[in-house]
Amino acid sequence: MVRMATAAESFVLAIGTKKGLWLATSRDRQEWSLTGPHFLMAEIPSIGIDTREGRTRILVGVRSPHWGPTVAHSDDFGATWTEPEQGAIKFPVDTGAALERVWQIYPDAESRPGVVWAGAEPISVWKSTDGGEHFELNRGLWDHPHRSEWGAGYGGAAAHSIVVNPAGETVHVAMSTGGVYRSLDGGTSWEARNKGISAYFMPDPNPEFGQCVHKIAADAVVEGRLYAQNHHGVYRTDDNADSWNSIAEGLPADFGFVMLTHPRRDGTAWVVPLKADGERIPPDGKLAVHRTDDAGNTWKCLSSGLPEHEYNSVLRDAASVDTAEPAGVYFGTRGGTVYASADEGETFKEVASHLPDVLCVRAALVASA
Amino acid sequence: MSCASGRPWWPVPEISLLLPSVLQPLAGGQSVLTAPADGPVTVAALLDAVASDYPVLARRLRDETGALRRFVNIYVDGDEVRRLQGLDTEVLPGQEVLVIQSVAGG
Repeated sequence: MVRMATAAESFVLAIGTKKGLWLATSRDRQEWSLTGPHFLMAEIPSIGIDTREGRTRILVGVRSPHWGPTVAHSDDFGATWTEPEQGAIKFPVDTGAALERVWQIYPDAESRPGVVWAGAEPISVWKSTDGGEHFELNRGLWDHPHRSEWGAGYGGAAAHSIVVNPAGETVHVAMSTGGVYRSLDGGTSWEARNKGISAYFMPDPNPEFGQCVHKIAADAVVEGRLYAQNHHGVYRTDDNADSWNSIAEGLPADFGFVMLTHPRRDGTAWVVPLKADGERIPPDGKLAVHRTDDAGNTWKCLSSGLPEHEYNSVLRDAASVDTAEPAGVYFGTRGGTVYASADEGETFKEVASHLPDVLCVRAALVASA
Repeated sequence: MSCASGRPWWPVPEISLLLPSVLQPLAGGQSVLTAPADGPVTVAALLDAVASDYPVLARRLRDETGALRRFVNIYVDGDEVRRLQGLDTEVLPGQEVLVIQSVAGG
């Protein structure tokens, strides 16, 4: 079944790369029109598409190697961009810190219009209540006593995943390296929640924190169920991250960066396995997405439409789902190719190729672009 | 920092800040910003003046701690300020301050 956009709708796919942003639109998720680059020569490591409040706002983290990081937004599908004069994210003077890169932009639930979260480097979480125009530093996490022991992954020390319970005050954050932290009070206080997640690269492989969790995502339906792609290890929790259990059996490798969950259906998640830490390519050079429909008990290999050989990796935010039925699945490689699936990963079609390294993709079904 | 408007008729010593083309849209399209100066001012003070008129431009040059961004180079009469006194380098009336991005990149 192909879900077509209605006359008043479009599918939008925002592609953030190492050298700019491209925007693709489609009626059927098969044929795409591409515009760009926007922000040429600046990397776009984070994108949020906010469809609340009757408008489509595309928020982007922008980072120029020369001119530094910033956050911009467009309410007209990239025709114009707005950047708050004083900067949307700016560390308070007393922290002595400076923003390096915005890794995550996460519009909150429909019930909390205007609220947008951001994760950044250095490791920090931010919250906006004005649609992403100005953010406030989360002091609970910034002042956390573990901070001095958090480390930097290869890409930098960042809070890269934010998952907010739409119905309550629970927030999960994942950072590299530090692991998963949970707040039960909307972000006021935070506790490490990594029991069961391996940190094999540390003297104690089962520490309270210090894990290199690459991505987390929440189950669409089951309260307290989340999935994690770790630096080796794929996990699920059913108790709100109090404990994690491996669900890697059946996958060709337990390394990777991506973790996606279905927008509505419980038990469905996608990963893109890479062979190993020391060999960051698709296993045997065969790129494939793997989907579970039973919360990680079994996995299905999906590669229809993908190339026979691919030696580029897929980064943690270079994958996304949309909210249509059936859900669309999207990802891009460090080789600059972007793929879209209109049928939950059963078949893929190339959207673009020969772009710079893809750092982030986000997709949405929106009022006509 | 200002353009030519509002100046007195008599000559006022100025310091000129020369911008690379990529930053000129953030300064209203100007390639040169001028600041009246009747004595030496530091590069930091000059950039503070930029920040009041062109805050986005200022954020491209320095981060929120006030530090010069790593791949932004500022020259005072041909000398890179990191080889002088950094942002505390004094600029004299009549001198030119040149902003150039580093050739770093990939």
